[in-house]
Amino acid sequence: MDANATTPLLPEVLASMEPYWITHFANASSIHQPGQEARRGVDHAREQVAQLLGCRTAEVVFNSGGTEGDNTALRGILRAGDHLITTAIEHSAILTTATHLEQSGVAVTRVAPQPDGSIDPAAIQAALRPTTRLISVMMANNETGVVQPVEAIGQIAADAGVPLHLDAVQAAGKVPIRVEEIGCQLLSISAHKMHGPKGVGALFVRRGTQIESLVLGGGHERRRRAGTENVPGIVGFGQAAEIAEKTLADGAMDRLAALRDRLESGLLARIPGCGVNGATAPRVANTTNLWFDAVDSEALVIALDLKGLSVSGGSACHSGATEPSHVLLAMGVDKAHARASLRFSLLKTTTQDDVDAVLEIVPTAVERLRALAPALAGVNA
Amino acid sequence: MSTQTTVPISPATGELIAVAMSGGVDSSTVAAMLRAQGTEVIGLTLQLWDQNRLAGKPGVPTRSTGRCCSLDDVYDARRVAESLGIPYYVVNQQERFERDVVQPFVNDYLAGRTPIPCSLCNNHLKFDQLLLTARQIGATRIATGHYARNEYDPARGRWILKRPADLTKDQTWFLFGLTQEQLAHTLFPLGHLTKPQVREIARESHLALADKPDSQEICFIPGSDYKQFIANYLDEQGERVPDSAGELVTTTGETLGHHSGIHNFTIGQRKGLGVFAPNPLYVLQIDPASRRVTVGGEPELNRPSLLVDRLNWIGIASLNAPRRAEVRIRHSQQPTPATLEPAGEDRVRVHFDEPQRAVTPGHSAVFYDGDEVLGGGWILPPETPR
Repeated sequence: MDANATTPLLPEVLASMEPYWITHFANASSIHQPGQEARRGVDHAREQVAQLLGCRTAEVVFNSGGTEGDNTALRGILRAGDHLITTAIEHSAILTTATHLEQSGVAVTRVAPQPDGSIDPAAIQAALRPTTRLISVMMANNETGVVQPVEAIGQIAADAGVPLHLDAVQAAGKVPIRVEEIGCQLLSISAHKMHGPKGVGALFVRRGTQIESLVLGGGHERRRRAGTENVPGIVGFGQAAEIAEKTLADGAMDRLAALRDRLESGLLARIPGCGVNGATAPRVANTTNLWFDAVDSEALVIALDLKGLSVSGGSACHSGATEPSHVLLAMGVDKAHARASLRFSLLKTTTQDDVDAVLEIVPTAVERLRALAPALAGVNA
Repeated sequence: MSTQTTVPISPATGELIAVAMSGGVDSSTVAAMLRAQGTEVIGLTLQLWDQNRLAGKPGVPTRSTGRCCSLDDVYDARRVAESLGIPYYVVNQQERFERDVVQPFVNDYLAGRTPIPCSLCNNHLKFDQLLLTARQIGATRIATGHYARNEYDPARGRWILKRPADLTKDQTWFLFGLTQEQLAHTLFPLGHLTKPQVREIARESHLALADKPDSQEICFIPGSDYKQFIANYLDEQGERVPDSAGELVTTTGETLGHHSGIHNFTIGQRKGLGVFAPNPLYVLQIDPASRRVTVGGEPELNRPSLLVDRLNWIGIASLNAPRRAEVRIRHSQQPTPATLEPAGEDRVRVHFDEPQRAVTPGHSAVFYDGDEVLGGGWILPPETPR
């Protein structure tokens, strides 16, 4: 129940990668035939990813994942004196990079979400300045699953002539992405969130977009990302993208949404003092974020883990300890509730039995936490 | 492993024990000992303070290397847990630590007292919050690497706390605040062992950190410069160290000079007084109201008695009549004979057989009966009116 953290490789993905470790191990930039064999794998994967995004193959730049895509989009475009519009609910790959750029003279506006976790396009519009050089918005939020009105934001960006970057790491494979319809110039995705391998991702760069490469060296990826191609990873990514697109078309998300709703309504019915963060906004099908009154979500995450249930309770800090979610805090959720919130994110392989097991485990664990808390909280007060 | 290293838990009971792991040798060995005897174990580390919070301020490197909750210690604890094959979690208690340990620490110094953050941390974090978390996640008890012993005495119907086998490592002075509830849910597996034995067990258990040095300093103040820490912390809070400059006076009221603030002094301090005198001078008393710091010769440091409040009783339920005991007013000192006398609501007066040097308000006085901890309290400034 922690699919938004990462997903397992699908067997077909593993199988697609297998020939590229030993048999077709050559450097895809080599001109000899073994090199061409490796290149064939990369080119095919580029077509598969382009298909998922609805873009041209030449617009797909393979990289190491979502964090690199986010970094490249911001640091490859913005210079001192420029203005960036982003949101307060972005992934740390955006927020930390934005703070870093701020220190070198880039002005940053972080648009706050509405209480339901969605970004009001009018707030993006209102933040525009003559110096605005980039708008960067998350397509689907990793913690609440809320899907942002990216087409409306795309229209605002187009009218203002400002490039738009979407962090689509959590959206890819869960909602259809058509970069033409959105009108974005840049878009980041990551393989391991969609049953591909870790350490590989892609940045969509619309033809004609002026962007500097972060990694300098050889002329790989049309000089937009130097470094020997991660051929097995890219091949696996391509395969995962192709499967993701098919599963989307097959209505897998409707099935997942029904399971998520069963989980959500089941927990709401069984646990008093419990509610959903971001319930009224459009959400990806696999995610729900719930708060539980008078519960420390960090302890609940551990208690559930010891029962074999993996969930997430905020963002892990450098040591591995949990911080209250900045996303929930930005939505106006108070600190106590942010500390008492859990994210459940379903895999495409999740079954109704899995959900029903969760409906047994979680209420018992919550009850235990609540029963113990007042007994001990007063001991040394 | 020899029989004396066995912790009295039956694996058959199916108890789940949460080991408070700091990344040091002692708590790591506790985890290894419990694991070796087949007990179901999980490791918990409290994340108490972010060493990078004050980084870049005066006297603090931009990338801080302090001990408490440093990434290195968390890494060490995690590696031990991984090698033992036990689940391991870092629990974020930074807000509570700041509220219950760091702020009282700063406020005590600013009020002319000398605090003991380790006791506050034990009372409010390790044996309170950590025990709560441990029980919430399904553990029955916690185990720590403290050198102390606890056992249940059916005759008294009380859990008792005893000094450890290795008196050189005795940590009971820091543990006097433990409640009956906490003692009942805590294991001190090292209480019967000496430090060399513990290191030996760590080596036998193939713990990579068996020879890691002991930590000495206050964990959240790398380098132990508490004055700089207070200034940096207040600066971070958007505050300044309040002006508490005043006079340095003798016991007869003679002004010897001026000082820059009462938080710069501790009872018994000799260095850094900024005055010259034919005989060594020591800080005898710090009066926050008048900001006066009284100094005098070494004999004047001795006090025949002291008053404590905020009592906690362990070996006895309460003190209703004067009784004999041994009393310890600092960690580095052996208990010394004294008489305890009830002194009103939540207060006890301690009359030492021999006057004691440098009785320090803000410290604790812990009462012993032989090996056993009777209880203790926090030392009040002299002449605190009722």
